[in-house]
Amino acid sequence: MFSVEELKRSLLVSFWFAFLTFPLIVIKVDPIERTVAWRWDNMFYVALGAFVVSLLIRVFNVQKQRRRERIASGAIVEREPLIQVILREPRYLYPLTGAVLIFALVFPALFSTYQTNIMITALMYVMLGLGLNIVVGLAGLLDLGYVAFYAVGAYAYALLNYHFDVGFWMALPIGALLAALFGVLLGFPVLRLRGDYLAIVTLGFGEIIRLILENWNQFSQGPSGISNISRPGLFGIDLSLEGAILYLYYLMIGMVIFTIFVVNRLQDSRIGRAWIALREDEIACQAMGIDKTKTKLTAFALGATWAGMVGVIFAAKTTFINPASFTFLESAIILCIVVLGGMGSIFGVIVGALILILLPEHLRALSEYRMLAFGAVLVTMMIFRPQGIVANVRRIYRFKGSGEGGGA
Amino acid sequence: MNRPVLQVTRLSMDFGGIHAMSELDLEVHRGEIVALIGPNGAGKTTFFNCVTGIYDPTGGDVVLNPPEGSHSIRLNGLKPNKVTEKGMARTFQNIRLFQNMTVLENVMIGRHCRTRSYIVGAILNTRATRREEQETVEKSYRILEKVGLADMVNEFAMNLPYGAQRRLEIARALATEPFLLLLDEPAAGMNPNETRELNELINKIRDEGHSILLIEHDMKLVMSLSDRIYVMDYGKRISEGTPAQVSSDPAVIKAYLGEDIDA
Repeated sequence: MFSVEELKRSLLVSFWFAFLTFPLIVIKVDPIERTVAWRWDNMFYVALGAFVVSLLIRVFNVQKQRRRERIASGAIVEREPLIQVILREPRYLYPLTGAVLIFALVFPALFSTYQTNIMITALMYVMLGLGLNIVVGLAGLLDLGYVAFYAVGAYAYALLNYHFDVGFWMALPIGALLAALFGVLLGFPVLRLRGDYLAIVTLGFGEIIRLILENWNQFSQGPSGISNISRPGLFGIDLSLEGAILYLYYLMIGMVIFTIFVVNRLQDSRIGRAWIALREDEIACQAMGIDKTKTKLTAFALGATWAGMVGVIFAAKTTFINPASFTFLESAIILCIVVLGGMGSIFGVIVGALILILLPEHLRALSEYRMLAFGAVLVTMMIFRPQGIVANVRRIYRFKGSGEGGGA
Repeated sequence: MNRPVLQVTRLSMDFGGIHAMSELDLEVHRGEIVALIGPNGAGKTTFFNCVTGIYDPTGGDVVLNPPEGSHSIRLNGLKPNKVTEKGMARTFQNIRLFQNMTVLENVMIGRHCRTRSYIVGAILNTRATRREEQETVEKSYRILEKVGLADMVNEFAMNLPYGAQRRLEIARALATEPFLLLLDEPAAGMNPNETRELNELINKIRDEGHSILLIEHDMKLVMSLSDRIYVMDYGKRISEGTPAQVSSDPAVIKAYLGEDIDA
């Protein structure tokens, strides 16, 4: 199972951890009583915990290595993960999609309004995740200021509604277009940037938008926000609160289906391939005749479009918005959804959004440890499954005989 | 008069005070295989980067004369994607495939600049888009057949054996429908068997009407393939001619083997 060498290393790790956490975990200074409490038992727990975790990771790695060797030597055949098979084969995929769809449609009848409301939020994050997935997952541009476009959409509707009494359905395309415009606006200065530098600039962009909204009182009413935003209308019928939630829920289902449809079409298209090529190798991508500028800007603009639309829906759902809803934490959560779910994979992003939004809601008792769990989950994922819960599958093409092409 | 498809005159590239390449003249004629050789650091890849628009040369002209039509295209200052669009494609010395895409998709990327469909077409899946996609898939598959990768279309590029990756790079470049193909050390790291296959492949590509300019260190391959050879050293052209002429040129022997002390 494991050798003495590995035990020794884990022991070293556990000592190291005990040493590093010593000032925080062991010593407790009480400035009022003027006493110092030495909690040596804590040190023991930390050391034990670190030892066990480190050993588990080692065992896991050894197993993985052995498995790889056996696959290489031909002793066992590497099996494709079940989930990939399901996603690729229409005869599994279609019934599964149908079942999920039916469940989604009867969801409000089975659960309380409260649950439905949470589901609306989750579906909004599915859309945000799918939008960011275009920028981060497909085009490989690390965008840490995605929430800015979300804010643009929300404020577009709030202000238009406040000043000009513009309705939800009018505001939806306007918010989307405005967000796309901001996407291009952000895109231009960052065309030459990549990786960490791009992340820093987009982070700054997100903060700029939030700070403007917070401080430009005449424009956005500052931190007090905008209230009494109209809910989406249904042919002029006045809906009760429950009715409005129900309506919004089905609206979101429709929007999510629309998003999935569009993103699915895009990712196997000419432009989708160009995005992925850009992610894989910028120089080769240009050498193959792809216009880098245009491709990057379309990725930013299309990604932002979805955030703008969700922003409008968010404003309509809560009927009140203020800049506190658009902090960096939101960007981080959306990015986590994409990374945790699986970059570039539509199904993965949906799963990621549902896990990251629904789980904290249902584990409210543990809400104090939410961020801790968040961090732990991400670190664990990066160690054991860097490609995310559901890895991206590329389209398979089948050819009969020579020259006869056809997609499958 | 038969104009050369690629005409490079007095091309220079300086990086600060370093003259990586100075006043280089080079011509590639239609249907020719021309090799550019020289010791390491002679400026061969710099030349490729200047010609294909990755660097903006500090002096000189790069002119492309497409075999069809009579107009000439000056390439200086054009971006790499524009250069490719004009009909000159390249491969890279250190393989630069799109690792997480399938073999077929890699080649389909090459068709990007020859196709038009865009966002709206892709979302609505219009008839024009469908036809174009179908054509892209078919043409890409035919190119893969030509380079002998037809049985690996759905493999990820990163899972291919080394020689196959090199051939895929050539296939990807061919998909852009170039009349001039620039190969940067296509045989680097290949075993003799793979090199022989590559030799056949390059000849086949030439026979289909492409002109080829290649950088290569494998002298056996260069001597058997090329119609003409240019030799560079320290950023300058030191010799030019047929393989026989070049291999007996004292300047070339000096550059490669050093000077005879007794002489």
